[in-house]
Amino acid sequence: MPFILPYLPFLILFGILPMVYALTLAFTTSKGKFIAFRNFTQAGNDYRFGPAFEHVIVYTSVWLGALIVFVVGLALMLHSRASKATATFRFLYYIPGALAGAASVLVWLFMLDPGVSPGTFLLKNVFGFKLFVQAIAPGHLPFIFAMIAFWTGAGGWIVVLYGALNTIPQELEEAARIDGAGALTIALRLKLPMIRKWIAYMAILSFATGTQLFVEPQLVNQASLGMVPDTWSANQLAYQLAFRYGKFNEAAAVSVDLLLIGLIAAVLIVTRTGLFRRED
Amino acid sequence: MRLTARSLRFVIFILFAVFFVVPMLWLFLAPTKSDGALVTSNPFAFGSFHHLVQAWDHLDSYSSHIYRKWIENSLLYAVSATAIVLATAIPAGYGLALGTFRGRKVILTLTLIVMIMPAAALVLPIFLELNALKLIGNVLSVILPFAFYPFGVYIAYIYYSTSMPRDVLDAARIDGCGEWTTFRHIALPLAKPVIALVLFFSFVADWNNFFLPFAVLAKSTQYPIQVGLSDLLSSTPSFNPAVGGAGQQVNIFRPELALATLLAILPVLAVFMVSQRALVRGLLGGGVKG
Repeated sequence: MPFILPYLPFLILFGILPMVYALTLAFTTSKGKFIAFRNFTQAGNDYRFGPAFEHVIVYTSVWLGALIVFVVGLALMLHSRASKATATFRFLYYIPGALAGAASVLVWLFMLDPGVSPGTFLLKNVFGFKLFVQAIAPGHLPFIFAMIAFWTGAGGWIVVLYGALNTIPQELEEAARIDGAGALTIALRLKLPMIRKWIAYMAILSFATGTQLFVEPQLVNQASLGMVPDTWSANQLAYQLAFRYGKFNEAAAVSVDLLLIGLIAAVLIVTRTGLFRRED
Repeated sequence: MRLTARSLRFVIFILFAVFFVVPMLWLFLAPTKSDGALVTSNPFAFGSFHHLVQAWDHLDSYSSHIYRKWIENSLLYAVSATAIVLATAIPAGYGLALGTFRGRKVILTLTLIVMIMPAAALVLPIFLELNALKLIGNVLSVILPFAFYPFGVYIAYIYYSTSMPRDVLDAARIDGCGEWTTFRHIALPLAKPVIALVLFFSFVADWNNFFLPFAVLAKSTQYPIQVGLSDLLSSTPSFNPAVGGAGQQVNIFRPELALATLLAILPVLAVFMVSQRALVRGLLGGGVKG
């Protein structure tokens, strides 16, 4: 089929080959000698490896928790009273989705700067941060990054879950109501189980995305006078190993760790949730 | 009782709306004030157009108009990559949906898996590969990886396999149209909404990408706007007191940084707000049909 030919080189060069090459590097020395898992153990023994993965896991857990509780909760609440007003709310929640990359981080650096933030009152009196450096103290970072990710992504997920809720047949809800079920019961017993697949999709995908964190700590590193290390997240560590230290094989080992997380998540979503069609 | 539940729900909606909207609102207003006024005045007060113009002058003259260069670079990378995406992904989706050939299922599954995998997971492997090919520092090392956009292939595939009437294609073939003519004159015009979706999503993904260009580009004059913003952040004294003196010289303060951020997101934001419905339908179309 000639129609797929122009696409194939891209799939191979920037989809498959990088993975194969990273795998090859990860299992060999810089001279190409096979050394099994030695790069992995070496990278694992790096004093920055443990903290980097720990940061990423804490961040991802906080973010996932917030996503599951608030996104599912808001989607169900919005759906139980569909009206013009709730449509407006959906739209408002969705707007920050236009921001990603460095822009969303910069916006939140402003929000966390007690000097200029519209939430100065909160920052100073509730959290007790008088200075910007206090607000971005290392212990707060997983929460701050989770908040940024939630801010940009939650609206999109609310829209997706809302769309999934709309596919539930009206008759089911009516039947439940006739049987005497209240709004809360309908939401938790009827609607929630029916969008389970989508919640699983969101959770798995967000878990995989969360582990890849890079741009947020990278920018905070630049805005913190080095108080936050440039190897805060696992991806940053992999990048620094390659870029600054020229340890390409160890860098590849770390990136293979991350790649595996992403791959497993993707395979789980494709094979288990049944949300993506592969055949007619 | 009912009433309190309802008003409680409303309060929750409002609180979240504040959380999502206030930072955006602030961003729109900040460039209209001086750095001093940002600290002292009401965060939601409008400053003046004079300050806005001044902030732009400072930003524009920073490092000999490099801000314009960053925007140009972003446009160059995103537009050329998206053009390649359209030229490769739409036919590929068509071929995968309507063709029968060996390896079809493998290509489809691989596309799906790479599409769902977080893009950032591939950046370092791509960096290592490009490094081995000695392509680091070349703008092609941004454009070509951007031009691989499996999500675009998947949307086109879904569209052609669900909404393309096979009879129409068969009729065209009976009338003597070749494979290419059938695609060019029948399948392609029918897919206009899909082309618009792929165009938008690909453009935004490229425009917003930070990690890949950060990793593979060497010179600051090659940066796209997202990486440029991080460069600008390092020159803003209030976030980086170490550059204090330098910050004075380059005139980059918080209003300038806010303006730089605002201008960087404005194109995407505009499309986002105007075409919300179409985008959401496209997003859902990608999966719901399973």
